Amino acid sequence: MLELDKVTRLFGGLTALNNVNMTVPANRIVGLIGPNGAGKTTLINNISGLDHPTSGTIRLNGEDIQKSPPHRITRAGIARTYQNIRLFSDMTALENLLIGQHGRGKATFFDSLVFTPRYRAEERELHERAMQLLERFKLTHAGNLRAGNLPYGDQRRLEMARALATNPKLVLLDEPTAGMNPIETQQLGEQINRLQEDGLTALVIEHDMSLIHQVCDEVYVLNFGQIIAHGTPDEIKRDPVVIEAYLGKDENDGAA
Amino acid sequence: MDFFRSIGITEIVFQFMLVNSILGLSIYLTLYTGMFSLANAGFMAIGAYTGVILTQNFDLPLGVALIGGMILGGLIAIPIGYPVLRLKDIYLAIATIGFGEVVRILILNFDTLAETLTGQEVKLTRGALGITGIPKITETWQLIAFLIVAGYFMIRLHRSRFGRAMAAIRQDEQAAANMGINVVYVKNAVFIMSAILAAAAGVLKAHLTRTISPGDFGFDQAVSILAFAVLGGTSTWIGPIVGGFVLTALPEILRDFKQYRGIVNGSILLLVIVYLPGGLINPAGWSRVWRRLRQPPAETGGTHART
Repeated sequence: MLELDKVTRLFGGLTALNNVNMTVPANRIVGLIGPNGAGKTTLINNISGLDHPTSGTIRLNGEDIQKSPPHRITRAGIARTYQNIRLFSDMTALENLLIGQHGRGKATFFDSLVFTPRYRAEERELHERAMQLLERFKLTHAGNLRAGNLPYGDQRRLEMARALATNPKLVLLDEPTAGMNPIETQQLGEQINRLQEDGLTALVIEHDMSLIHQVCDEVYVLNFGQIIAHGTPDEIKRDPVVIEAYLGKDENDGAA
Repeated sequence: MDFFRSIGITEIVFQFMLVNSILGLSIYLTLYTGMFSLANAGFMAIGAYTGVILTQNFDLPLGVALIGGMILGGLIAIPIGYPVLRLKDIYLAIATIGFGEVVRILILNFDTLAETLTGQEVKLTRGALGITGIPKITETWQLIAFLIVAGYFMIRLHRSRFGRAMAAIRQDEQAAANMGINVVYVKNAVFIMSAILAAAAGVLKAHLTRTISPGDFGFDQAVSILAFAVLGGTSTWIGPIVGGFVLTALPEILRDFKQYRGIVNGSILLLVIVYLPGGLINPAGWSRVWRRLRQPPAETGGTHART
């Protein structure tokens, strides 16, 4: 579904991403882990079009998207969430979900001016879909509340609901459980597994290894902008290269 | 009516209040989309001069001049918006002030420039002295009708997909783009709409004042338009209309203060900005003021200390 071929991103002299090759097959949940500053968020920004690679190609279902603007990429079927929540905090939860569906709508401002049937049918449909999403993420109570005033866990779930509102094929989740307690994390894991049941594909950045185990079919490990390992969650856990990246080298002479 | 006249609001003042509220709406559109543009005075000048030239040199009715001014304002906004709207915040403000100055200076020198180019005598914009003797043909009902149409436009805008996209861009441009919103398109479309409204206000105002000159559309005017929106508040579209009304009426109402008029006028504006930072039409701001009035701050501090 998503293929990254030799993706490199330079920020001046800093190599944030170095020849990253990666494949996210359809209907799989793929994990992306790595120490802080490894380039995980840069990678997601490049896929979602907020940033563009210096060289290399990113293909979605065989189509090059590395130069496309973000709204095209979203309309092509890639949605995302953010590491630091970026809801439209002055708007209600419901409005956030309506905006999420922006790319699906067809009614123009003119339709709204003269109340064409198309406008009315579409607004009804968008509202219905938004209500369904609120229900799915247990946010029905929050529909008319200001998104910025919601409790943290609700905001995290609303962000995921908003990503799904764009009707994506592939969802990029940037640390979806950051700051959540173990119970909330597990519940969110169930929501991620449900994406797979619904036929979606996901790329999940995560630090929580229990979540990786719960949801991921395979895992990529990124360190200093390079993929250093790829395999099932169990393989990754035992991989000495990964352990070294996270915990440092084992000094046999006992210097530690 | 007598009451209004007794406090200084004559029909002509009321007409200016209406025109200024249209200008307030024009800058509201861009502010609501998160664009700090000060180009409105420039577009107003384009509208005013186009309108007056159409009614005076071509003997066309005001309605045609209005449409002509709006079309030209909108057309000029297209090539300006595309490069300029890449800028943000204060940089956008500076670039659009620059645009306003370019328009003003072009109008100032238009006749000389056209004469050099064509070799014939041109008398269109009439330089620094401007155009005088314009008949006062804008009627109050026309202004009210225009404002009602503009208001309906605003209501529908807020209930449309396009209007939601505007609000989303103001709050987080990148997140909006990731929601499938074509940010460049929406920003440019809003900039054009704002230009059209400002140009319309320009046409209508020119046929009230009887005389227009390039100096009427400079930086002062751009800042005045911004003040309408800031004083009224930009959380709803009613705000800039109220701002336009208040800022136009206030100096007239304060006529009795004679030489102290400026001081009183300025003090009222300062009080609003300090105590109602969200503008006059802003329920949250008023409830904060209300709470403060009922509970003196010192007392609140004391309770907190004790608990």
